[in-house]
Amino acid sequence: MNICIVGCGKVGTTIISSLVSEGHDVVVVDSNNEVVSEICNIYDVMGVCGNGVDSDVLLEAGVDNTELFIASTSSDEFNMLSCFIAKKLGAAHTIARIRNPEYNDKSLSFMKQHLDLSMSINPELLTAQEMFNILRFPTAIKIETFSRRNFEMIELKLKENSILNGMSLIEMRSRFKLNFLVCIVKRGDLVYIPDGSFMLNSGDRIALTAERSELQKLFKGLGIFKKKTHDIMILGGSKISYYLAKMLISSGCNVKIIEKDKAVCERLCELLPKAVILNGDGASQELLLEESIQNQDAFVSLTGIDEENILMSYFAESQNVPTVISKVNRDELMPIAEKLSLDCIVSPKNIISDVVVRFARALENSLGSSVEALYKFMDSEVEALEFKVSSEFKYTNIPLKDLSFKKNILVAGIIRNRKPFIPSGNDVILTDDRVIIISAGRKLYDLSDII
Amino acid sequence: MNRRIIFYMLGKITLLEGALLLLPMAVAIFHGENCAFSLLISSIIALLLGGGLTAFSKPSSRHIFAKEGLLIAALSWIIVSVIGALPFVISGEIPSFIDALFETVSGFTTTGASILTDIEKMSRGLLFWRSFTHWIGGMGVLVLVMALVPSDSGRSMHILRAEMPGPIIEKIAPTIRSTAKILYLIYLFMTVLQIVLLCVGGMPLFESIIHTFGTAGTGGFGVKADSIAGYSPYLQWVITIFMILFGVNFNIYNLILLKKFKNVLKNAEIYVYLTIILFSTILITVNTLPYFDNLSDGIRHSAFQVSSIITTTGYSTVDYNLWPSFSKILLIFLMFIGGCAGSTAGGLKVSRVIIIFKVIKQNLKRVIHPHAVSSIKLDGHILSDGIQRGVFTYFSLYMIIYSAILLILCIEPFDITTNLSAAAACLNNVGPGLNLVGPASNYSCYNDFSTFILTIAMLIGRLEIYPILFLFFPFVWNKK
Repeated sequence: MNICIVGCGKVGTTIISSLVSEGHDVVVVDSNNEVVSEICNIYDVMGVCGNGVDSDVLLEAGVDNTELFIASTSSDEFNMLSCFIAKKLGAAHTIARIRNPEYNDKSLSFMKQHLDLSMSINPELLTAQEMFNILRFPTAIKIETFSRRNFEMIELKLKENSILNGMSLIEMRSRFKLNFLVCIVKRGDLVYIPDGSFMLNSGDRIALTAERSELQKLFKGLGIFKKKTHDIMILGGSKISYYLAKMLISSGCNVKIIEKDKAVCERLCELLPKAVILNGDGASQELLLEESIQNQDAFVSLTGIDEENILMSYFAESQNVPTVISKVNRDELMPIAEKLSLDCIVSPKNIISDVVVRFARALENSLGSSVEALYKFMDSEVEALEFKVSSEFKYTNIPLKDLSFKKNILVAGIIRNRKPFIPSGNDVILTDDRVIIISAGRKLYDLSDII
Repeated sequence: MNRRIIFYMLGKITLLEGALLLLPMAVAIFHGENCAFSLLISSIIALLLGGGLTAFSKPSSRHIFAKEGLLIAALSWIIVSVIGALPFVISGEIPSFIDALFETVSGFTTTGASILTDIEKMSRGLLFWRSFTHWIGGMGVLVLVMALVPSDSGRSMHILRAEMPGPIIEKIAPTIRSTAKILYLIYLFMTVLQIVLLCVGGMPLFESIIHTFGTAGTGGFGVKADSIAGYSPYLQWVITIFMILFGVNFNIYNLILLKKFKNVLKNAEIYVYLTIILFSTILITVNTLPYFDNLSDGIRHSAFQVSSIITTTGYSTVDYNLWPSFSKILLIFLMFIGGCAGSTAGGLKVSRVIIIFKVIKQNLKRVIHPHAVSSIKLDGHILSDGIQRGVFTYFSLYMIIYSAILLILCIEPFDITTNLSAAAACLNNVGPGLNLVGPASNYSCYNDFSTFILTIAMLIGRLEIYPILFLFFPFVWNKK
């Protein structure tokens, strides 16, 4: 598929990287010559240097033949204009990065309609949503929902003294008698899709699917259940902080935001009257202690500097804050953060690239069983996808145990008439079902790819 | 340094050459010649070596940085030349290995310089292979590998850049593979077109293919001792026009295919290239008027020689060694200018010459207006300082290397014109020079040492200095 991307910043580069590894033909446009040549050296893409709203530049990049046009510069207005021009020049679908809260409240749908945008992406809002999900269910270090919140897949890390240490999955199932499925286990650098005899160890990262109520029972049984957070401290007053605080406040939580810049504090104060806004340096431990960090339910560090986020999260962890979330943008810092036993790390750019990849795959496969949702787990090594089964799918009504799946493929859930269940070998896939597939090391474009 | 990926790529290229050697073998079998056996043995050696290299050096990491790219380009051209020389040695048609290597490198680098004294005695299979190397080398061995083999490293751009000629290398399609494919498809189409046009003009099929390979790669190997002189004016005009066409940046053809005529018109290089050809032809026609019976002959021969030299092909229709000095020196200048960037031609490349003159003009202006702010534009884009510096460094290095080669050649007891033109003709991948190495004679007069130096000169010229130059620096080989 021909894809054109304008703007090669952090978000743009992540999108480029994931779309290239998906095998698309990508053309990038940026006004900075050096950035373009660097991108062309690292990724197999064609680069065009110029202004992304200049129709000559866009035509040179071949937008008249692109199926997908993505504008991801740091300016919302530039992105909208660029998408508008690309659409008029003949791009089939356009995606604009629009992140300013003013555009995202009421006027967004109006603008999307009139600018003919296929999708708008807001990294800050999506990141805030992901963090909000975790804060509502803090046992997990990552939560993704399928089929409009009917079914969940969560990732958690087994602690040192976990009772699951040395237990096989069959034992685990017979002991808890609950309806859940362990889909992925990551031990060290290796990822497994486990069978029943697989033994769990402490230190493993596991991902499991189940309904929300079943999950709560399971975690209570495991003794790791954490209550929904109520008092949350947020470091940094960025756009993510604003979106997150807004969500938390409307669900009745107490939020404290610490921000260095006085002007930003005043703006936040105006926008979030119910939050406590503190003007001070978040890197100062004195201030955090004064605001009784040790009594908070959760600590979220959202400053613009990855290193500061990691260090302050580490401090919060040492003050026994039950849930600590840190925002880390640079991939190379993730393993370091993990070494400091910070488990819950959220990367805005990876969230965005998941969204774009899902959109691209759905575009490519508009006839067959299309991809409805796509999430990546275990540092992007494993994909979980939701497909809607179309009448094209040939293997309906055959018990799963009689189907020969490709290696490292797992059917983790089926949703029939809005009721999710975890399939056994005797279950079948029917037309109009939604199925959730786990795939390690293989990219799925169509449901038929699993067999 | 990622040594495994270097060996792995070398293996792939050797495998490809093994497969390509089967084509001249088929030609030899078709004509019932013994050299088929030597081509088969060479092919087997290449396949075994390539198979071994790819099997034993499966790379764990796919990272290719600029250094790996340069080394892959340099080493693969060397390995391809060494294997390509084997059939000549095994068959005994060129018994000396150094001579065979010179002939093969001259083929792959599209120089067209030969040590063969009696070309018409050569077997057809080996003549085909000799010219086929022009065709492969013209667009590039590595580009061919990229077009055929899917690559999973996004960084192969470094390899492409190391092999493709010109100051600014850009992809013309989103992926390297599609870029390489488009280039080769255009190349193939033009090649077939020329073969058909030559056949229509009454040239036998085998000779048409050989001469088309020579023209397409801007090489210059033929089958006759007097090059193109014995053919009809129609055939000479066909070859003239195709030499000019193959000296044009292939990006232009791609733009025409994409119907982006505006961008074609913006390209400054092609204007300058065609203008140089036009004016040189006029000057030489006037200068050589007394040598020809009528004006149309004069124009035809001048146009042929000018196109042949500026595109660094090296075919000839007359012995221009007998022309007046003005014409000869003008031809030497054209050798250095060369064709367009991104074409199959050699030399400095027209775009570099344009940049050099633009920078000179800007700096002269600064002498008078020291505070003037100005920028240099080429094809509507501003040239960065890096590119300007790159072009000047390249030019200086080119001249230093040319002087060094000339100095070494002058150890031989030949006159200065011979050595001067031999060094220029090899470094710029032209082929024939003047006097003893003129179009009517060949390079057999040089001894083994000088032949070897000229072999290196040809590689330096084709790969645009850097890949070969870095082979001589120990720090490049250092693992750290």
